[in-house]
Amino acid sequence: MSLYRVEGVVLRTHKLGEADRIVTLLTRDQGRIRAVAKGVRRTASRIGARLEPFGHVDAQLYTGRTLDGVTQVETIAAYGASLAADYPRWTAGQAMLETAERLTPEEGTPARQQFLLLVGGLRALVAGEHAAPLVLDAYLLRSLAVAGWAPTFTDCARCGAPGPHTAFHLASGGVLCAACRQPGSAAPAAASLELMAALLSGDWAVAAASEERARREASGLVAAYLSWHLERGLRSLPLVDRSG
Amino acid sequence: MYEGVVQDLIDELGRLPGVGPKSAQRIAFHLLQADSEDVRRLAQAMLEVKERVRFCTVCGNVAEDAECRICQDPRRDTAVLCVVEEPKDIVAVERTREYRGRYHVLGGAISPIDGVGPDDLRIKELLGRLADGTVRELIIATDPNLEGEATATYLARLIAPMGVAVSRLASGLPVGGDLEYADEVTLGRAFEGRRRLDVP
Repeated sequence: MSLYRVEGVVLRTHKLGEADRIVTLLTRDQGRIRAVAKGVRRTASRIGARLEPFGHVDAQLYTGRTLDGVTQVETIAAYGASLAADYPRWTAGQAMLETAERLTPEEGTPARQQFLLLVGGLRALVAGEHAAPLVLDAYLLRSLAVAGWAPTFTDCARCGAPGPHTAFHLASGGVLCAACRQPGSAAPAAASLELMAALLSGDWAVAAASEERARREASGLVAAYLSWHLERGLRSLPLVDRSG
Repeated sequence: MYEGVVQDLIDELGRLPGVGPKSAQRIAFHLLQADSEDVRRLAQAMLEVKERVRFCTVCGNVAEDAECRICQDPRRDTAVLCVVEEPKDIVAVERTREYRGRYHVLGGAISPIDGVGPDDLRIKELLGRLADGTVRELIIATDPNLEGEATATYLARLIAPMGVAVSRLASGLPVGGDLEYADEVTLGRAFEGRRRLDVP
């Protein structure tokens, strides 16, 4: 039985048998992995509380025949408790976890940028300095960019003509100039495009100054852009409570 | 692979939760060797539970009539309602012999990542039960995990404006254990929920 250590964030858990769970982790060095945590659903379990979703942990695992197993867990940061006390932030966090899982389809393939982005996103969500829907949309845009699907909100996505442009086309990957405009392009408000560009680049001053209408439109476009690339929408995204 | 009906039985048993192929085979051969009357009684019990058991129209607990045994009991306190995720949680609370109020079964916990939102649970039915003002306290006894906590937060936010006192089961140290073995999350909760010792 060989042992190894990983640093990771718990993305989700599934019940297994009487008292076990299968834990899905996004790790710093090994990408997404799954492991069995035995007995963690019992109230007397010493590691059950540490293996809840949103937990940033340092874990020791052993190599198993089908799935590896968890033997020891230390908490680096537990974001879950403070998120669960704030329903809108918790639902936004759930969408972040599901996105991280969907954007790392291959188990065991390193995805350090996605890991670092998720940790940063969860920290920002817990810190509460920015509105939860803005943190979520910024995370979604940046995680898509890390996955290789960075949208453009200024220069034309097809010919590169400098913007600003008014047409937004999902399949083309962002805004299009008048010459490249495709049928079915959306025509969002300039403020919405400006907000999305700010969220992608991390310009929080511009994002914080945005109006509710632009935020709503930007959220809709980000969700549509994400669904387009994932081919199947996130289950958690329609359940995000955007009142917070 | 076995002959016809034996393999059919192993396949059916293997579909039960927690029963793998080896266990299914063992149970099947146990049934083959068991007394016919015992097997008939087991089959009858399985059929009856499907035919006779339904969900209580008031609380969502398992029941043999339209209302469950607890909802029909006039000695239960109608002013206190305990919200649980599953009918089996009612059995756990009843074992304490500490609670004399009634129950409401949600049918799970909110879990957006699994596609379960508030509309998928029996929350509308809960609000309906609170509408007439009989219930004065709501005890949220969802599981002590993140989905349970978030569901409790959602319910508290929804129900507090209705003037009903909302409380949550305490979390903390298991009775009979050593403090040094407690994990930091549970110990932290125990500190948060500490109570004053009143010396008489």
